[in-house]
Amino acid sequence: MILEIFLLIAVSSLGAFFFGKHLAQSRLALAPVGGLSDRAHSLPGYHGYFAAWLVGLAGFAVAALGLAYPKLFNGGLLLALFVAAVGGGFAFSYRQIGAGFRARIQVERFVKGALLLCSGVAVLTTFGIVFSLVFESLRFFEQVPLLDFLTGLQWSPQTALREDQAGQSGAFGAVPIFTGTFMITAVAMFVAAPIGLLIAIYLSEYATKRTRAIVKPFVEILAGVPTVVYGFFALLTVGPAIRGFAEGFGFSVPTQSAIAAGSVMGVMIIPFISSLSDDVINAVPQTLRDGSYALGATKSETMTNVIFPAALPGIIGALLLGVSRAIGETMIVVMAAGRAANLTGNPFEAVTTVTVQIVSLLTGDQEFDSAKTLAAFALGLVLFVLTLVLNVIALLIVRKYRERYE
Amino acid sequence: MVMAETNVVRADGIFQPVLPKGDVVDMAKKRREPDAEKAKFACRDVRVFYGASEALHGIDMEIANSGVTALIGPSGCGKSTFLRVFNRMNDTIPNARVTGDILMDGEDIYGKKVDPVLLRARVGMVFQKPNPFPKSIYDNVAYGPRIHGLAVSNSELDYIVEKSLKRAGLWDEVKDRLKESGTGLSGGQQQRLVIARAIAVSPEVILMDEPASALDPIATAKLEELIDELKEKYCILIVTHSMAQAARVSQRTAFFHLGDLVEYDDTQSIFTNPKDQRTQDYITGRTG
Repeated sequence: MILEIFLLIAVSSLGAFFFGKHLAQSRLALAPVGGLSDRAHSLPGYHGYFAAWLVGLAGFAVAALGLAYPKLFNGGLLLALFVAAVGGGFAFSYRQIGAGFRARIQVERFVKGALLLCSGVAVLTTFGIVFSLVFESLRFFEQVPLLDFLTGLQWSPQTALREDQAGQSGAFGAVPIFTGTFMITAVAMFVAAPIGLLIAIYLSEYATKRTRAIVKPFVEILAGVPTVVYGFFALLTVGPAIRGFAEGFGFSVPTQSAIAAGSVMGVMIIPFISSLSDDVINAVPQTLRDGSYALGATKSETMTNVIFPAALPGIIGALLLGVSRAIGETMIVVMAAGRAANLTGNPFEAVTTVTVQIVSLLTGDQEFDSAKTLAAFALGLVLFVLTLVLNVIALLIVRKYRERYE
Repeated sequence: MVMAETNVVRADGIFQPVLPKGDVVDMAKKRREPDAEKAKFACRDVRVFYGASEALHGIDMEIANSGVTALIGPSGCGKSTFLRVFNRMNDTIPNARVTGDILMDGEDIYGKKVDPVLLRARVGMVFQKPNPFPKSIYDNVAYGPRIHGLAVSNSELDYIVEKSLKRAGLWDEVKDRLKESGTGLSGGQQQRLVIARAIAVSPEVILMDEPASALDPIATAKLEELIDELKEKYCILIVTHSMAQAARVSQRTAFFHLGDLVEYDDTQSIFTNPKDQRTQDYITGRTG
């Protein structure tokens, strides 16, 4: 049905184009030539485009109406409306087209409108997500006080469905899962930040063109590996390896641990940091390097004293983007970090993160008005605010950096 | 600090700190005063290749120990390439290659034992576009002395910075804002700042690659005045597109054309009585 409607709109629009163009050609032939005001304003093609836009939009409007209120507008009524709208478009074009009609300006307005509409979609989607998060979170905070959520040390979201059920009453203290998130993020950045930065420095300052052409794609392949692959890699390879290593020293460490998930996540983030930092370092003007070399500085002195400080704002931006990636990452931690909401500072223990909890709260049979499921929205909201703030800071820093050399 | 008391400021104003022994520091001590009699550089059959193409076709030239030597010629004639031979800046360009001998005070600067990093401390360079580091004015000038360990105390470093800025004619304009960023200065001030930065490591030679081409006439006049003062203490090589500038600031002029040294003589003679037709065409504006 939808396909037919779109086909119909496309055909009408195309017809309107040729209709408008030919009409304009015959009418403009009679228009005087020369002078700024009395000659034909627009080329025939623009009249065609105008008619096509108008008819297309009229058709879309009717189609949108039909989709929005399928009970009210359907069948014959919808078809009649459609024919009326398209016919109206043709009629209006027929009246307007002529030497004095500024079709070129009108088409420009349609184009501008279309571009605005597309960017509007992105903005509205963001607002939509935020509002749905906020409203569902508000419902959650009716059941669980905000302060308890943000400061509570106990997280066990299983609530009893019936009065007579034994067991959990539900505790929604988010502190353990946020510390889990931050710990895994810290481990990931501990791995990714130095390695990523050093890769960037090597690639931009030391590597020959040949080496760079080989190494860079390999590093970037890391970014293309699906996170689920990283996940089972962490669970089946890195986790047991760390456990075996710790057992060698007489410690008992679970397979699922913050360090296993964090270090693998760090590897995943390396290309984001190295690639962004590489761009930033390359953007430092060559004249600064020359100035430093000409004073008798070595490559590493130039790197640490001139290039790194000059690129620092951009590098910080890259690191913050890496952090927000780490905070939002789900699949690796679901598989490798465990689900127990331990409040611990020991990276060798199993912890859980915000994203893992959201997954486990919303998978399986759920009723969508219990505190348990609504908690997912509250977690999502806090997570969203956190990454948003980080992204904004990162963008501000990067922008400040850009202004400096332009 | 005890060290500071034993430092000596010589009559000619050059600060001579008592420094610990070591290779890095030696080069600062080694700084020689210009001796007008001797040549600073002697070049024999210098060729520069970029990949397979030869940009300079065997240059033989001696550069005097004091005064200003100007390198002129149309764009692409190899004068900037030749300038970069003297501090081995061509080394930083991938697949650039230099052959021939370039002797500095009788020592081959492309010799196996020569470290280009140390050479560049003795042969400073000023570029076409002012390139102050995005650091404070003070840190810009202190950069070279810091990496070469030329100052053992903060007061010494202060002294070197002040001395260098004074010599570059910038001190009075910036003395109250040494902590402000060097990139905030005007173009002419930036160019004098990078000259101060170069002077701070006590070089013997200063290479200037079209130093005034990004400056307005007033800043250019100031810069030329500065070059005129500096030529007493440093061997200066300047590449310039402005023949008027070459005539004003230099004592000797070399005319390059298509990778060859066409004519090299006293500036006076080059501009009044050129021997080669190509030189005459260029300076009278018929080519170039």
